[in-house]
Amino acid sequence: MRTYAGHSTAEKSNELYRGNLAKGQTGLSIAFDLPTQTGYDPDHELARGEVGKVGVPVAHKGDMETLLDGIPLDQMNTSMTINATAAWLLALYIVAAEDQGVGADALQGTTQNDIIKEYLSRGTYAFPPAPSMRLIADMVAYTVEQVPRWNPINICSYHLQEAGATPVQEIAYAMSTAIAVLDEVRPRVREELMGRVFSRISFFVNAGVRFIEEHAKLRAMAVLWDELGRERYGVTDESQRRFRYGVQVNSLGLTEAQPENNVQRIVLEALAVTLGRDVRARAVQLPAWNEALGLPRPWDQQWSLRLQQVLAFETDLLEYPDIFEGSVVMQGLVGELLAGARAEIAIVAEHGGAVEAVPYMKSALVESHRERIRRIETGELTVVGQNRFTETEPSPLTADGDGGILVVDPDVERGQKEALAAWRAARDQAAVDGALAELARVAGSDENVMPATIAAARAGATTGEWAQTLRDAFGSYRGPTGVGEAVALGDASLEDVRDEVERLSEALGRRVKILVGKPGLDGHSNGAEQIAVAARDAGMEVVYEGIRLTPAQIAASALQEGVHVVGLSILSGSHRELIPSVTAALREAGVGDVPVIVGGIIPTADVAALRAAGVAAVYTPKDFDISRIMRDIVALVSDRNGLSATSAADSRST
Amino acid sequence: MTRDGADLGARLRGGDLTVAPAVLNLVENRTPAAQPRIAALLAEVAPAALGGEAPGHVIGLTGPPGAGKSTLLSQLLAGWRARDRSVAVLAVDPSSKRSGGALLGDRARIDFDPGDRAVFIRSMAAGDRLGGLAPATRAAAHALAAAFDVVVIETVGVGQSETEVADVADTVAVVVQPGSGDALQFLKSGIMEIPDVLVVTKADLGQLAVRARRDLHAALRSLGARETAVVAVSAVPPAAGVEELLDALDAHRARGGVAARRLRARRLHALADFAEEHGSRGMRALGGRRAAERWLAEQDPGLDVAALGRGLAARAGEGG
Ligand code: B12
Ligand SMILES: Nc1nc2c(ncn2[C@@H]2O[C@H](COP(=O)(O)OP(=O)(O)O)[C@@H](O)[C@H]2O)c(=O)[nH]1
Ligand SMILES: [Mg+2]
Repeated sequence: MRTYAGHSTAEKSNELYRGNLAKGQTGLSIAFDLPTQTGYDPDHELARGEVGKVGVPVAHKGDMETLLDGIPLDQMNTSMTINATAAWLLALYIVAAEDQGVGADALQGTTQNDIIKEYLSRGTYAFPPAPSMRLIADMVAYTVEQVPRWNPINICSYHLQEAGATPVQEIAYAMSTAIAVLDEVRPRVREELMGRVFSRISFFVNAGVRFIEEHAKLRAMAVLWDELGRERYGVTDESQRRFRYGVQVNSLGLTEAQPENNVQRIVLEALAVTLGRDVRARAVQLPAWNEALGLPRPWDQQWSLRLQQVLAFETDLLEYPDIFEGSVVMQGLVGELLAGARAEIAIVAEHGGAVEAVPYMKSALVESHRERIRRIETGELTVVGQNRFTETEPSPLTADGDGGILVVDPDVERGQKEALAAWRAARDQAAVDGALAELARVAGSDENVMPATIAAARAGATTGEWAQTLRDAFGSYRGPTGVGEAVALGDASLEDVRDEVERLSEALGRRVKILVGKPGLDGHSNGAEQIAVAARDAGMEVVYEGIRLTPAQIAASALQEGVHVVGLSILSGSHRELIPSVTAALREAGVGDVPVIVGGIIPTADVAALRAAGVAAVYTPKDFDISRIMRDIVALVSDRNGLSATSAADSRST
Repeated sequence: MTRDGADLGARLRGGDLTVAPAVLNLVENRTPAAQPRIAALLAEVAPAALGGEAPGHVIGLTGPPGAGKSTLLSQLLAGWRARDRSVAVLAVDPSSKRSGGALLGDRARIDFDPGDRAVFIRSMAAGDRLGGLAPATRAAAHALAAAFDVVVIETVGVGQSETEVADVADTVAVVVQPGSGDALQFLKSGIMEIPDVLVVTKADLGQLAVRARRDLHAALRSLGARETAVVAVSAVPPAAGVEELLDALDAHRARGGVAARRLRARRLHALADFAEEHGSRGMRALGGRRAAERWLAEQDPGLDVAALGRGLAARAGEGG
C-alpha cells in the first residue's frame, strides 16, 4: 500500500518519500508535473502555472538525484507515472542509480509508458503515434536485456473509463493497445524472449460503481490475455500468461455535490477488484472523498487508506477461495463482455490496429461519454446527491478555511526557473551539444534510442532539450479531438435551446460562434469536448482545437474566427495563472469585449479573482446540466450584443 | 450606412491586414441591412478601384477528407512566410449538422506564430453542401486577395465537387493520399476536371506514394494534360516536396490567365449570391443555370459583383 505522491520540488518530494519509507511504506510512486510529462522545461511558455503543481518537476539528472537522495535504489520498487518522456525519465533514474553505485540490472519498478491512452484520454503525449510506439518498443527491447527486473510498460484501461468508456470499450481498447505494443516489439527481440516480454506487461485498470459488472470485466480481461499469449504470441508457459493488474478506482463518477457520498462509492468500487480471488488486484489506489474539489490533503489520503485497511483487515474478504467459482450469473456476464470486446477488437483491427485507430477510438469515447452525460441530465442514470436526493444539511467537511483541498505554493515556478538557469550555466555545454547531436542522429536511424538517451542524461541535458531534439526529428503532433465525428444526438433537451440559438443567430446576422479553449498543459479534455459537442448540437459554430494552447494562440483564434464568446476549460489547478493570461491576451489582440466563461475544477474561493480578471461566468462539476449552460451562453451573448430583448432571457425561467 | 464597408475595403486596398477579421464578420452577415455594406466593401476592391485585378494569388486546395490538406497547409504557410508573403487561409469545413451547428477544428492542424499579423486563418462552415463553399467564401477570397499575397481556400472535394472552388481560385491544387485510387479513377473517367497542380501527400509512406505519383502522372499525360505538375510531399519529418510545390504553384500563376479566371469568378460569384438569395425559383426565372452563365458571359467585363447581381435580378424580373 502506498499513496500517490510527489509535488512542488525534488527536495520536498524527497522529504516526503523518506518520511513515508520510515513509516513502513515499501515502494516509491513518483508523480511528475505536467511539463516533465510532456517534455517541456520549467521556463517554457506552456509550462506556465504548471511547474510543480500535480507532481514533481524533474528537468535534469541533478533533480533526479535530489529526488532520490538517500533512498537505496537497489532495494526500491519504483513506479513512475510517465509516458511520452518515459525513456528519458528511466534514463535519468538509471544515471542516478549509477551515481549511487547501483547497476541497472538491480533496478526494479515500472514506467507507465502507454502512449495510446495518452492520445485517447490522458493527454500527455509529445510525439506522433508511430515514433512514440518506436520509443516504447526500444525501451522494452532495452530493458528486457539490460534492466531485466523493470516493467517497461503498464497498459492502462483506467484512463479510458475516465474518458467515458463502457466496460466493453475499456477491455477492447486496452487489449488492442497491448497487441500494438507486442507486435512492435516482436521483431526487436530474440524469439525465445517473447514469453518474458509478455509476462512483463501488466495492466492498470479502472473499477466503477457498478461493481458486479466491473468484476466480470476483470475476469473477461484475464481470459482474453491468456488467449492472446497462447494464440498470437505462442507463449507456452502458463505463468507468463497470467493477467496481472493494479487498480485505481473510478473518479469520474465522484461528485462535487454532497462529496461525502464519494466514500460509499469508493468502497464499493474497491470490492469490484477484490471480491473474487482469481482476478484479485495486485495493488489498489483509492481516490479521496474530495476528488471533485481539488487535490487531497494528507488527512484525506489517510481516510482512503483506512477504507482499504478496513476491507483488508476487519472484513473476511480475503479469507475465501474464489467466491464466484461456479456462478452461472457471473459466467453469463463474462460471456457477454467477451463477445462485445471481441467484436470491438475486430473493428480496431480493421482500422489497422490501435495506432491507426486512435481517431476512431477517440470519437467512440467522446460519444460514450456524451451518452453517459445525457443519461445523468435526463435522470435515467441516478447519481445520488447530484440528480436525485439533492436536499442536504450543511456539510461540516467543507466548512474549514482552505475549502477542503491542498493548494500548491505558486512561488515554486520561479524557483525552478532560476535553478534551471543555474544548471545550464554550470554544465559542460559542449558535452551536452554532442550528446544531443548523437541523439538526433539515432532518432533518424533505426538504432535503439536508449543508449543515446542515457548518454544525454549523463551529460546533463534537460527534459525540454531531450524532447525538443526528438520533436525536431519526429515532428510535433496534435491528437485528434474526437468531437467532429461525434454523432449528433436527436436530444429533446436541446430542442428549445436550438430555437433560441436560431433566433439569436438571425439577430446577430451570422451564426452564434463559440471558441472552446484549453490553455496550458492540462489534459483534462472531457468537459471541453462535451461542451463543444453540445454547443454544436445546439446549433452554434464551434471552434475547438484540442488541448495545449498558449494564451496567445487562443487570443489569435478568437480574433481571427470572429467568435461571440470564449469558453475556457481548466481542471489542473492552473486557472489562477492562466485565465488572467488569456483575458489579457484577448485584450491585447483587440477582442477584450468578447465575453469569457470558464469551467472546470475552480474552488469557490477563486471565483471572485476570476471575475475581477473579466470572466463572465464560472461553471464547476455541480453544473452537470449542459443544456442549461447552453441557455446561459445564449443569454450572455444576447446581452453583450444589446439583444437582451430576444427570447433568451424569458425562456431561461422555464 | 455603407461607410464601414467602404472603409474596410479601402483599408484592404491600402494593404492593412489587420482588418481581415472585421471583413470576414461583415461578409458573413446575412441580414438585409448588411448587404449594401458588403457591396460597398467589394466595390472598393474591384478592379476599377484597384486599377487592375487584386494582386493576391488565390489558391484552391481541395481533396478528400484526411488526405493531409491542413497538415500540408502548415508546411506551405511556413514556406510562404519564409518567402516573406502574407497568407490568408479560408478553411471551409463540411462538418455541419442538421442543427445548423458546426465543429470547426481544421485550424488546429495549422501551426503558426500567433503573433504574426501577416497570417490570417478563418474557418467557415459549408452548411450541408459537401465539397461546396460557404456562402461568404467567394466574397471573402475576393476581398482578401486585395491585401494578402496568398489566399488559400481549403475545401473538401472528391470527384466533381471541387468545381466550386475552381470557380474562385486562380490555381487549383487537388490533394490526394497514396493508395486511395479515387483520383486516378475520377481523372480517367473524366469525372474530375484536370487540376492545375496535383499533390500526392504522405510521401513518407514510401513505395505506395511513389507508385501513386507515377500512375497519376501517366494518367495526366494520356489525357494530354502536360502542364499539370504532380508533386509528392511529406508533411512529417523529414519534410519533402514543399519547396517544389511552392514553386509549382508560382509557376502556374506565372503562366498567366489570371484576368480571365477572375472575370469568370466575379460572374459566378454574382450568380451564386443570386441563387443563395432567390433559390431555385430565381434560377428558373433566369432560364436555368446555363442560360444565366451565357448571359453573364456577354456582359461588360468591367462590371463588379454588385452590378452583375443587379443585372441578374433585373433579368429575373424580381428587382430593379
Ligand atoms: C476524468 C479525470 C481525469 C481523466 C481525464 C480524461 C479526459 N480526457 O478528460 C484522466 C484519468 C486522464 C485524468 C488524469 C489526471 N488527473 Co484528473 N480528474 C478527472 C476527474 C475524475 C473528472 C473530470 C471530468 O472529466 N469530469 C467530467 C466532465 C464532463 O466534467 P468537468 O470537466 O468538470 O466539466 C463540467 C463543468 O466543470 C463545466 N465545464 C468544464 N469545462 C468547461 C468549459 C466551458 C466553456 C464551460 C461553459 C463549462 C465547462 O461543465 C461541465 C459539465 O458539467 C477529476 C475529479 C472530478 N471528479 O472532477 C480529476 C482531477 C481533475 N484530476 C486531477 C489530477 C491531479 C490529474 C493528474 C495530474 C493525475 C496524475 N498525476 O497523473 C492527471 C493529469 C492529466 C493531464 N494531462 O492533465 C485533479 C486536479 C487537481 C487540481 N485541480 O488541483 C482532479 C481534480 C482530481 C483530484 N482531486 O486530484 N484525470
Ligand atoms: N504519414 C503522414 N501522415 C500525414 C501526412 N500529412 C498528414 N498526415 C496525417 O493525415 C491525417 C489527416 O491530415 P489532415 O491534414 O487533417 O487532412 P485533411 O482532412 O485533408 O485536412 C492526420 O492524421 C495527419 O497526421 C504526411 O505527410 N505523412
Ligand atoms: Mg483539413
